[in-house]
Amino acid sequence: MYERPKLQSLTPSTTPTQDADGLSPLVIRASNLDLTFQTNDGPVHALKDVNLEVNKGDFVSFIGPSGCGKTTFLRCIAGLETPTSGALSVNGMTPDDARRARAYGYVFQAAGLYPWRTIGGNIRLPLEIMGFSKAEMGERIKRVLNLVDLEGFEKKFPWQLSGGMQQRASIARALAFDADILLMDEPFGALDEIVRDHLNEQLLQLWARTEKTIAFVTHSIPEAVYLSTKIVVMSPRPGRISDVIESSLPRDRPLSIRDSAEFIAIANRVRDGLHAGHGQG
Amino acid sequence: MKSFFPVVTVVAAVLLIWIIAVVPMNMHLTADQAQRDGLAVSPDTPIARQDFSGLGLAVRNSHLIPLTYVNVRPRLPSPHQIAIELYDTVIDKKITSKRSLVYHGWVTLAPTLLGFAIGTLLGIMLAVGIVFSRVMDRSVMPWAIVSQTIPILALAPMIIVVMGAAGIQGILPKAVIAAYLSFFPVVVGMVKGLRSPEGMQLDLLRTYHSSNSQGFWKLRLPASTPYLFASLKIGISASLIGTIVAELPTGAKAGFGARMLVGDQYGQPILSWAALFAAAITAAALVGIIGMIERGTLRQMGMKPA
Repeated sequence: MYERPKLQSLTPSTTPTQDADGLSPLVIRASNLDLTFQTNDGPVHALKDVNLEVNKGDFVSFIGPSGCGKTTFLRCIAGLETPTSGALSVNGMTPDDARRARAYGYVFQAAGLYPWRTIGGNIRLPLEIMGFSKAEMGERIKRVLNLVDLEGFEKKFPWQLSGGMQQRASIARALAFDADILLMDEPFGALDEIVRDHLNEQLLQLWARTEKTIAFVTHSIPEAVYLSTKIVVMSPRPGRISDVIESSLPRDRPLSIRDSAEFIAIANRVRDGLHAGHGQG
Repeated sequence: MKSFFPVVTVVAAVLLIWIIAVVPMNMHLTADQAQRDGLAVSPDTPIARQDFSGLGLAVRNSHLIPLTYVNVRPRLPSPHQIAIELYDTVIDKKITSKRSLVYHGWVTLAPTLLGFAIGTLLGIMLAVGIVFSRVMDRSVMPWAIVSQTIPILALAPMIIVVMGAAGIQGILPKAVIAAYLSFFPVVVGMVKGLRSPEGMQLDLLRTYHSSNSQGFWKLRLPASTPYLFASLKIGISASLIGTIVAELPTGAKAGFGARMLVGDQYGQPILSWAALFAAAITAAALVGIIGMIERGTLRQMGMKPA
């Protein structure tokens, strides 16, 4: 009863633009980005003068109180919202073209798995839509299930899995079609802290193995510091960037690194940035 | 099976009230008959008895109480009379007999099922149109609602007469009326079901750059399945009612509706009641069958039955 998906070219359409010096490929570039929503209560200034550059292989976290526009910015990158003014490029294209080229995988706050599909079937969803061959689908499902540590759960239905496992399945779904960029909107926000620690650790391993560029929205300071190479602190009304912190932590991070002085120093700077932004708002 | 005892309790209570009600309801008829048969009745003229309530007569003539349960033409038949009539007309009579309720049941069931199929198909098509077309959303829905405010009892004979004038007779006019009643719950349920995926689910498909038809087949349609079944259960019983209503005012010769009418016109309430019960049992069976298909389908889809 499903219609046959249109066949598409499988070659990755991601051609990162080269920076001026030709060394670090720029994946996301935002300059003077503004976004105003027209609501019934008048215009809401969601993003104001946002400037940011994200290099290939970066792990960027967006942190800030609710209403600071961190999710809105992520949705702009994904082409789900359109900025009112300013320039935004993803892989050297407009966000909408990048979306059409399937340049990124998006992980939402809720796993959002289809209850009528098995875990394997859920991961197959984007592959069906993008027209992969049957053999390739099976192979990719196996590979990403292995990446998120869910081997053997392919035939289980979502309700048979815990919340953390469901969220891992949704990450596997976002990884299945090999986009270079992973956009994650508070993916672990609804999970308890023990599960969250575990998933953070796994996410870092996954990032190291796949060398993806990850943009990650969170409201947890330890999570942001533990995961990121670059932390973008945002403040609300209007949503804007108040600080960008390049992390000096090594890429290889055991959970215990959270007790190091360096970690605490970065966390303090993030906290200061949040307070400063709050004071101005 | 958890609902078994509550259901039995309610049925038993209804039966008890019914059995008690039979006595006062039939007392006047029974007293008249008993007097003609030469039994002692107090008071001893029908006119004098008119001043008494059924209950008052029963108290004064307690020896007549057993007779209220065996009236040939009771005002309120007793449950066992209906049971006997049902047994007689369902089990004993050959199904080719004009007195067989199985025969009449099929005459009603065929247009019910046809009408249900037409109504369901129409309902799903309208719902898809409403969800995907702004124009249809604005134009069709109000008319669908208005269509259900017209009393079917007034509309049914018109449909039968108009279709008859156009040379269409038999099963189809009744099926049209059944479809008229059953498409509406399907439209309402399917519109709700097709719109049930949240913004996040739709955004996810946008990130895959999926087409509208992919969104329909892979997300909206499967998401609407539980809603569809809820509507189908309402729709099938509405279909049955539609068919019976179609049989009532048009002098149909067969079918549950015709049996009810015949019983009324010839003063044989047991006949009407038996037809009524047969119709209710048929409706319950139809809803039950859809419930079974629902459970099977949802289990097949891996969804936990709600």
